[in-house]
Amino acid sequence: MRPRGGVQWTLFGLFLVALVPVVGERYYVDLTTQILIYALFALSLNILVGYCGNLSFGHAAFFAIGGYACVILTTTYEVTLIISLGLSVLISAVAAAAIGYVCVRLAAMHFAMLTLAFSMLVWSIAIKWTPVTGGDDGFVGATLPDLISNPVSFFYFALLIFSTGLILLRVICTSTFGRAMIAIRENETRATFMGMDVRKIRLQAFTIAGAFAGLAGALLGLYNRGMYPESAFWTESGQVLIMVLLGGMHSFIGPVLGAAALYILETMINQYTEYWQIVLGVILLGVVLIAPDGLAGLLSGFRKRKDDSVTGVDSE
Amino acid sequence: MFIQLMNSLALGMNLFIIAVGLTLIFGVLRVINFAHGSFFMIGAYVLYSVVKRTGDTALGFWGGIVVAMLVLGFIAWLVERFLLRRLYDKEHLLQLVFTFALVLIVGDLVKIIWGPLQHSISYPPGFGGATDLGISRYPTYMLFLILSGPVIAVSLWLILEKTRWGRIIRAARLDRQMLSALGVNVKAVYSAVFVAGAMLAGLGGALAAPRLAVEPGMDALIIIDCFIVVIVGGLGSLWGSFFGAIILGVATIFGTLIFGEWEIVIVYILMVAVLLWRPWGLLGRIEEDRH
Repeated sequence: MRPRGGVQWTLFGLFLVALVPVVGERYYVDLTTQILIYALFALSLNILVGYCGNLSFGHAAFFAIGGYACVILTTTYEVTLIISLGLSVLISAVAAAAIGYVCVRLAAMHFAMLTLAFSMLVWSIAIKWTPVTGGDDGFVGATLPDLISNPVSFFYFALLIFSTGLILLRVICTSTFGRAMIAIRENETRATFMGMDVRKIRLQAFTIAGAFAGLAGALLGLYNRGMYPESAFWTESGQVLIMVLLGGMHSFIGPVLGAAALYILETMINQYTEYWQIVLGVILLGVVLIAPDGLAGLLSGFRKRKDDSVTGVDSE
Repeated sequence: MFIQLMNSLALGMNLFIIAVGLTLIFGVLRVINFAHGSFFMIGAYVLYSVVKRTGDTALGFWGGIVVAMLVLGFIAWLVERFLLRRLYDKEHLLQLVFTFALVLIVGDLVKIIWGPLQHSISYPPGFGGATDLGISRYPTYMLFLILSGPVIAVSLWLILEKTRWGRIIRAARLDRQMLSALGVNVKAVYSAVFVAGAMLAGLGGALAAPRLAVEPGMDALIIIDCFIVVIVGGLGSLWGSFFGAIILGVATIFGTLIFGEWEIVIVYILMVAVLLWRPWGLLGRIEEDRH
């Protein structure tokens, strides 16, 4: 019963989000667009962290690869938008498959460190390959088709991409493959005994996560009309992990809540002080120490959480 | 060429002092401390404050280093005793985000306390000039940095291998439950290791201060260098981080010489290459990966 209720709530949520440009000012449209982009990014990371139990600290690599690929294709090579979007997802997926092939040999913290190393490699290339990426100053002045060049139409474009990503990820997570990921997270040895090719499944999860991160990155590149090397820096990987944690990694929709919470918090705190990081840091300490299941954990309450420990991450 | 080699060693040995604290903490606590770079930054800033007050005196500089280490030891004790201790049995993600939260807090605190501008510290009296090494003259302070590395490495090695405390720490790395069953206060060992690691970061930061600009943001870059060192050398390995640091020093200085601004890319490619060849680092062990 629960998944069905989840679908209804999700559709309702998407419907509410779609109303933002109707009722809200330009400012809120921009804010929501950014939230959608980062929510997709966080969702993709949660495939690895929440479902498969692989703590990646270099997920920004694929976000940046997708973003750079998209703006470079549309602007430098003047490829049509849809094709560049598709190609950037493909490029991110290929990069993720290649990097993942090496990384999934390792577990736990070594995996985290190796993914971090690769993302810094991507970052270093982004800042040094100036003729292609624009180097330190970033790639600026990406061109957009007229259809999505105004904020409201871009918002609906982002919402469409986000919803597509959300649905695809949901299908993946509820499939047999999703169950296999949970099995690996819960007990890798037992999963192996049951005949699962753990490395292969981890690699597939890594590739899928990379592909969707690339899609989110491509959206960011289009939204900013450019891409900056900071998107591949390790702090960006840290920020998206924060979103996952803040929203609740043991929930499918959690990272979306986390992305929204982080952006809204940032906006609110910035009105009072320029030192918003310190406030965020303190909030994070609180989450880590008191509510490790994040917002989704708080929302679903104790009874349901008890339920989750049996069924896995499968609830909203 | 000789100068470049010496520069590589000076950089490498400075990195070693910082990174060895990180590897020590990981070896025992199994926590990757992202705040290690923040500890490094605090070390540099505390030294700056002390030197500013005392003027450029020898006592001010060397005393400032001691103060920096004590301040960090105290901060680390507070952090471990009241916060980190609750997270040892939790998921890696929580530990990681915890140390990341410290990075955010320290980053802003430093801006609040010392302002957003760059500061600089001059070399301590007697170390400003150059020393004649026969082959060529070389800055005295950098020579001191080069020598400080092996001294720290050997002392740490002696402590770990030859003393009772060292045996307890090594035992804590292998099996904390057994150690606890033998009547050792494992919590105190964890505390002590975290404090010692942070003090090493502070020492490294203070020693690095005269050769760097002391400014916000210095934490985010140094932590990546430390990660490279411990990844290449092997997480948790003392000598691994020693050699990892030398490799990174050489790669950075000679990389710049040969590849110009592409040096940073070369460094990362080198790291990835080492990891492809030996996924657990040069001196790392496969069993280091247990939870």
